[in-house]
Amino acid sequence: MNAEVVVRASGVVMKFGGVTAVDGASMYLRRGELRCLIGPNGAGKSTFFKCLSGQLAPTEGEILLQGGSIAGMNLHNVARLGVGVKTQVPSLMNGLTVRENIWLSANAVRQRSRAEVDARVDQVVEQIGLGAFLKRTAGALAHGQRQLVELGVVLARDPWLVLLDEPAGGLTSDEVHRMASLVRALTAQATVVVVEHDMNFVRDIAETVTAFHRGRILAEGSADAVLSNESVRDVYLGRAARAKP
Amino acid sequence: MQRTNTPRAVARWWHGFVATAAMMALAPLLFAEYTLTLLAIYALLALSLAFVWGLGGILCFGQAAFYGLGAYTYAVVSINMGGSTLAVIMGVLVAAVAALALGAMMFYGRIGDVYLGVITLVFTLLLFKYASSTAGSEYVIGQARLGGFNGIPGFPPMNVPGRPDVVVYGLGLYAVVAVAVLACWALLRWVGSTSFGRVLIGVRESELRSELCGYDVRLVKTVAFGLGGAVAGLAGVLFACWAEIVTPEVFSLGVSAEIIIWVLVGGLGGLWGPMLGAVLLGALKGWLGMQQWMDSGLVMGALLVAVVLFLPQGVMPALARLASAGRKEGGHER
Repeated sequence: MNAEVVVRASGVVMKFGGVTAVDGASMYLRRGELRCLIGPNGAGKSTFFKCLSGQLAPTEGEILLQGGSIAGMNLHNVARLGVGVKTQVPSLMNGLTVRENIWLSANAVRQRSRAEVDARVDQVVEQIGLGAFLKRTAGALAHGQRQLVELGVVLARDPWLVLLDEPAGGLTSDEVHRMASLVRALTAQATVVVVEHDMNFVRDIAETVTAFHRGRILAEGSADAVLSNESVRDVYLGRAARAKP
Repeated sequence: MQRTNTPRAVARWWHGFVATAAMMALAPLLFAEYTLTLLAIYALLALSLAFVWGLGGILCFGQAAFYGLGAYTYAVVSINMGGSTLAVIMGVLVAAVAALALGAMMFYGRIGDVYLGVITLVFTLLLFKYASSTAGSEYVIGQARLGGFNGIPGFPPMNVPGRPDVVVYGLGLYAVVAVAVLACWALLRWVGSTSFGRVLIGVRESELRSELCGYDVRLVKTVAFGLGGAVAGLAGVLFACWAEIVTPEVFSLGVSAEIIIWVLVGGLGGLWGPMLGAVLLGALKGWLGMQQWMDSGLVMGALLVAVVLFLPQGVMPALARLASAGRKEGGHER
């Protein structure tokens, strides 16, 4: 746990008109860390996530990636810093093949030659096991496959910060396990932030969990500690879960 | 439009290219070159929008603006220079710069698709209005009077570069236009297969994902828009050489609408289909214009509705599907 801090988000506030979605959240992430953000709907985790990825500019507060502020930066410039994002609803190029989707991501790394781009595409395809539907158009795939393809798209650029919004959403239990092992493997090269609803998935992968509630951070710590925390269970899991032994 | 780089696709494209070139070479044996030249210019104009809209996903309602700018620039520069060489270059350049500037304003300003359509449409109507109101003798660029609604007649025709006395007309002009069409087609097809072209197609498919990959969507779209403007400008230059007069009509709503109809009928997404659409619809309009019993606008509108309803992807993709279905039934696939 002594790796350097690579993501510093301090006092992040995000207001949409009169609604304060994130109300002063701070978070520090170390290199190679795997962090899960949990919380009920509307807790602000997705908004916070979008601030980290540069999709939203926070109303107040500062976000430093490897020491540099991303305030005022365009989305593509944040991405070029080495940030890979999987959106909640998979955003793929639906009319293009799976291979072309991954190629476009691998090709975005500027110093790569054509051959290196192709080699990286093959590697990612192998790693995620996309070989079977490489020539299919992304729009024709089932949801679970799209989730995996989007993970491949994110990986092909070799980002050092990987932000995954609900990677296990809509997956079958087999696919969830597969996704979990892929996400765990990611930490060898990257700091990973996962927003997730699926508690089994969170238990499966998480080292550290941050629980959001009403725009603030309610609890932070090891997965077991946070998931058994009384107030987290109150706001997130509700009474039914608490009633269980 | 995506598997354009496989050896099979490349070979198929070359076959199509050679066949088209042969057809264009033989066409003057059957049809008047005067008509053929105009149809080829239409094809070039359709090609410019096919690239911008089909590959780049940018629906430009004002492609006529760049076409008209090319034509007007040719007329003005050729009058002042007394020859066509610089006028051709300037015509293309002015159209390209105008497209780049307008594109940069729209894409860097993050204008949404609907507003983009409105702005491009207004841009061409603005030019139409302006060109129409330049009748006074004070509207002069060098020695060229803009002439208001009557336009600019009597400018020097196209000549062999460096030889102002050797005029290119008739079959010669047709040959120049045909070569320009083929060259631009090959160029845009090649652009579509480069990294830039693939990124452009990616931007068409998902701007968000392209940005998350680190591509500057604004720059990519601006460059594509500028390139489309340049090709439309070249079409305008050639039109000026063919018509030997330019009037504000080149900026009109009718021209802009026609280009969109050509592309839609021919098949959005490809380059060859829209060119064919332009030639066929252009020929149909010419033929309808010769008779009195039916309004050509009515027929064009009905045709567009019919294509959108029954062949929503356009004529060429429908034919291609039919052909591949036939092959499968015949058991020849693979």
